[in-house]
Amino acid sequence: MAERRRLFAPGARPLDTDGAGQNRRRRGRRSRLPIAGAETRPLGDEHGISGEVKKQWQIVLGRFVRQPRAMISLGIFALLGISSVLAGYFWRYGYTDLTNQIATFGQGSPSLQHPFGVDPIGHDLFAQVMQGTKEDVQTALLVASITTLIGTTIGALAGYFRSWVDTILMRFTDFILAVPLLAVLAVLGNLAARQSGSWFWVAVIIGVLAWTYVARLVRADFLSLRERDFVEAARAIGASNRRIIIRHLLPNALGPIIVNATLTVANAIILESTLSFLGLGIQPPNVSLGSLVASGEGDATTFWWLFVFPAAFIILMILCVNFIGDGLREAFDPRRTRVRV
Amino acid sequence: MLSYLLRRLFASVVILILSSILVFTMVAYSGDPLASLRLNPRTPPSVYALRRAELHLNNPLPQRYWIWVTHAIRGDFGLTIGNQPVAPQLWSHLLVTFQMVIIATIIAIFVAITVGVFSAIRQGRAFDSAAAFTNYLFISVPVFVLGLILKLFVAIPVNNAIGHTVIYTIGQQSSNLSGSFLQRLPNYAGHTILPVLTLILVSYPSWAIYQRSSMLEALDSDYVRLARAKGLRPSRVLIRHTLRNALIPITTVIALDFAGVLGGAILVEEVFSWQGIGQWFLQGISVLDFNVVQAYLLVTAFFVVAFNFIADVLYGVLDPRIRYG
Repeated sequence: MAERRRLFAPGARPLDTDGAGQNRRRRGRRSRLPIAGAETRPLGDEHGISGEVKKQWQIVLGRFVRQPRAMISLGIFALLGISSVLAGYFWRYGYTDLTNQIATFGQGSPSLQHPFGVDPIGHDLFAQVMQGTKEDVQTALLVASITTLIGTTIGALAGYFRSWVDTILMRFTDFILAVPLLAVLAVLGNLAARQSGSWFWVAVIIGVLAWTYVARLVRADFLSLRERDFVEAARAIGASNRRIIIRHLLPNALGPIIVNATLTVANAIILESTLSFLGLGIQPPNVSLGSLVASGEGDATTFWWLFVFPAAFIILMILCVNFIGDGLREAFDPRRTRVRV
Repeated sequence: MLSYLLRRLFASVVILILSSILVFTMVAYSGDPLASLRLNPRTPPSVYALRRAELHLNNPLPQRYWIWVTHAIRGDFGLTIGNQPVAPQLWSHLLVTFQMVIIATIIAIFVAITVGVFSAIRQGRAFDSAAAFTNYLFISVPVFVLGLILKLFVAIPVNNAIGHTVIYTIGQQSSNLSGSFLQRLPNYAGHTILPVLTLILVSYPSWAIYQRSSMLEALDSDYVRLARAKGLRPSRVLIRHTLRNALIPITTVIALDFAGVLGGAILVEEVFSWQGIGQWFLQGISVLDFNVVQAYLLVTAFFVVAFNFIADVLYGVLDPRIRYG
């Protein structure tokens, strides 16, 4: 922790933003991310000492905005999200509407009337892909909220109080991880599919199973943060455990939590579309990008658009979210900024 | 060391028992095991009663778990819905999946280490950027989409260009296969190439990223600086001093990722219609064949727990700095 404090001492700037050893503490794609301590508010931005006092979130935001890849990804993702909602109201076809055109030999390919073509039954694929995107985004955001809420709460309690809370958490994580997540989701997804098959229950199921990673991340952060001087200072002036956790520790762990929540969105899109592809997630008449891929796959050699558009939207969304997450990570922790050619 | 091993082994067994309870309870509540009988409205009540007794459905859940688990330990996983023993099916499907998973994992390890090491050596140069971009791309493509892309846009055009099927997209071998092993080999290879390629492409990126960072860490260490200062040849420093140490963390990561690879195998088998354990499991879910689903979950849990155990032990063997408290 000495290193962390030194790096973010007032006026200091990270020394090796571009040298070797920047990855000294890097452990895989989603490592724990040290961020500036709230008690040592940095005086300058990353270009040097300016004397002007900026709040930490302003610094982070500033770093994020300066990354073109992350900003473009954010733009595309926002555009996809907004247009998928608007398409439900303003597009000339609904996703369940049967148009007077069907995909048969030489017909139904993308045209001005149907930008993404139509399927063999006569659905307008653009309306369907938009609806699928909407369901996927909804699902992913709900999953990210659930996992972040559960994971942060449990991780914070385990890391702060240690003892039995910690033991239970770690054992629970161990045996959740003992079975492939996809297999458990398949069993439960089947259950949900038989009950309702709406995106809400699919999201809840993924959410209540996928929080273990966040929990371990927050726990690890709290285990080290709770030993810091400012926690002892807070306790010395009589702050309650609740106040210490919420006002002192949580703000310090916010960076990794936000970055991880973003990456959870990407993972949730993968899991949801996978389940729907297997027929165990969102059920007809609802559509998701995964179920569109599954139904388009069989005819894809003749009607390429049935596979290409839903698949491209899945990849595009996940790629965008991953880039946003990467941008956030670099904004919270510039020491890990990659050298670009 | 021995006491650590025993304690770790004990913990693994406890985790396995807990997951078997969890799995059993989850599956028991996931649907109606008599659903296939209810499809026929004229099923007489006596048949229901018989079937309930057969499946021990009249007994409380803990008792049913006990009956199931004591049989499972002896290798008896009960009967399928079609009244066939589960165990022989389980092992034959498992063999099919393991063929694919083992080949894919071995190749993926080589690819990941090569890519990771070269990205680290050429940090910030063209190779590093290209590798980083490719890693990101493959991390962002779901397994089933990647499999379908390979199937639709690689295999089919290649086969059309050649004029006959070289890359097969369905099954693990042709059904009318005959001749000696060498004659059959191209057929096996043609069926295996795409599933294995898919699994490699989805597994290697995260390992490569990990390998790159552990290589960078080793390159920055004092012992490498010392080795260079002694005047050792750069190649010797790289291989004997840097790589040897940088390989330690990746072994555990790969062992811990085993659950993920098995999950990926479910999808690869679905896309390429391999009759592996994943397909068997999915079919079990779709017809609510409880014994099949439970057998799959228990066996995968066993392998995952075993691999975690191996990973822990391996870490201590490879890295003498790790001390067992």
